[in-house]
Amino acid sequence: MYNFDFEQPASVEAAVAALQAEDTLPLSGGQTLIPSMKQRLNAPAKLVSLTGIDALKGVSVDGGTLTIGAATTHATVAAEATAYPALAALAGGIGDPAVRNRGTIGGSLANNDPSACYPSAVLGTGATVVTNAREIAADDFFDGVFTTALEEGEIITAVKFPIPEKANYQKFEQPASRFALTGVFVAKTADGVRVAVTGASEEGVFRWTEAEEALSANFTPEAVDGLTASADGLISDLHGTPQYRASLIKTLTKRAVAAA
Amino acid sequence: MTEVKMTVNGREVSGDVEGRTLLSTFLRENLGLTGTHVGCDTSQCGACVVHVNGKAVKSCTMFAQEAAGADVATIEGQAGADGSLNTIQQAFQDYHGLQCGFCTPGMVMSAAALLKENPKPTEAEIRNYLEGNICRCTGYHNIVRAIMAASGQDVPAVAAE
Ligand SMILES: Cc1cc2nc3c(=O)[nH]c(=O)nc-3n(C[C@H](O)[C@H](O)[C@H](O)COP(=O)(O)OP(=O)(O)OC[C@H]3O[C@@H](n4cnc5c(N)ncnc54)[C@H](O)[C@@H]3O)c2cc1C
Repeated sequence: MYNFDFEQPASVEAAVAALQAEDTLPLSGGQTLIPSMKQRLNAPAKLVSLTGIDALKGVSVDGGTLTIGAATTHATVAAEATAYPALAALAGGIGDPAVRNRGTIGGSLANNDPSACYPSAVLGTGATVVTNAREIAADDFFDGVFTTALEEGEIITAVKFPIPEKANYQKFEQPASRFALTGVFVAKTADGVRVAVTGASEEGVFRWTEAEEALSANFTPEAVDGLTASADGLISDLHGTPQYRASLIKTLTKRAVAAA
Repeated sequence: MTEVKMTVNGREVSGDVEGRTLLSTFLRENLGLTGTHVGCDTSQCGACVVHVNGKAVKSCTMFAQEAAGADVATIEGQAGADGSLNTIQQAFQDYHGLQCGFCTPGMVMSAAALLKENPKPTEAEIRNYLEGNICRCTGYHNIVRAIMAASGQDVPAVAAE
């Protein structure tokens, strides 16, 4: 790994100021960034650690909204997001215990790995990503594989989830990496049903709108029986063909509805 | 170089590190605590698991400066001062929970974190908790049996399926 300067500010303002420097990246849990720096896929001149900023940590509930600070670990979300059990369960299924003790929701969303778990919850719940500068609706946040609406130097500070009536995440694990070979997040709210799919598309997380319509009319696993998820644009790799992933999307959607 | 200070196995330590110095590097190279092993470059194998402020973490996936001021526990701090093995270590020996031993420091530290959270885990809970610790010798069965024994439970005859 190439060397870099390390800073650990105590406030969001100081972090944002430090991030103005050339070639500087935020560091959260490091569970993605550090391995990528070892492989020299990333070689910043400076890292600004966010994990010393108390304002970025914690889980809170206000009315029907669950807010999670960007630097909150997966383990903390698993333990404390009891007001939104499907989200707590998703967080508790990411990677392994040591990864969950360091990795954070903000890092996961900023990274937008096409097989990551959190993006499906954010898109599937219609959550809002809060940054130091603005609020971004989930539908506008994810911009294709490893790409988001974040500007350079902009950091996620929190995520606001409207707590749904029912929700569930089904992850079909790729056993070596423990990421989702395909995962489906289903949420039922007063406004209808959202179905978000991760691990499947070459474009990253997406909504399966036909299933959303069918499930909004009839929230049962059978409601999607007549649908077929398209294999167009789905990932093809040694773990699965596009057709296999398309089949998983439907199966996991049905399982998620049954379990919600 | 920046000076970092932390507590390792109850002892206050300090050393000069670069930005890129990993906690595992600091433990092994600055402190000579080579019990913490580094088995991969992808944060997947778990041989480097230590406890930072009581939580199991992969010390190869954390910078030394991030552990400034922290309380760190490594495999070297597990045995008694006279060298007597602790309960988990002894169970690994009794149940043959290791062969080459490379993954064992991480396994023991993960097992210790598990038993602190969940003193009487089921076999399934043990296997689930060890997802981030890879062993290429034992096939895991004897590791699971060792942890069942260390938690004072009956040790099932785990079939080598
Ligand atoms: C063995 C292993 C298994 C894993 N399994 C899974 C899994 O099953 N499912 C899953 O979803 N993930 C998995 N992960 C990834 C894990 O969830 C990471 O924690 C996560 O992807 C990144 O979060 P982080 O806090 O570690 O971010 P970092 O690694 O610190 O940062 C990742 C990127 O986000 C940027 N960033 C960080 N925080 C912010 C912020 N607040 N605002 C803007 N940009 C920011 C960084 O600059 C960097 O580019 C796994 C990782 C490992 C090592």
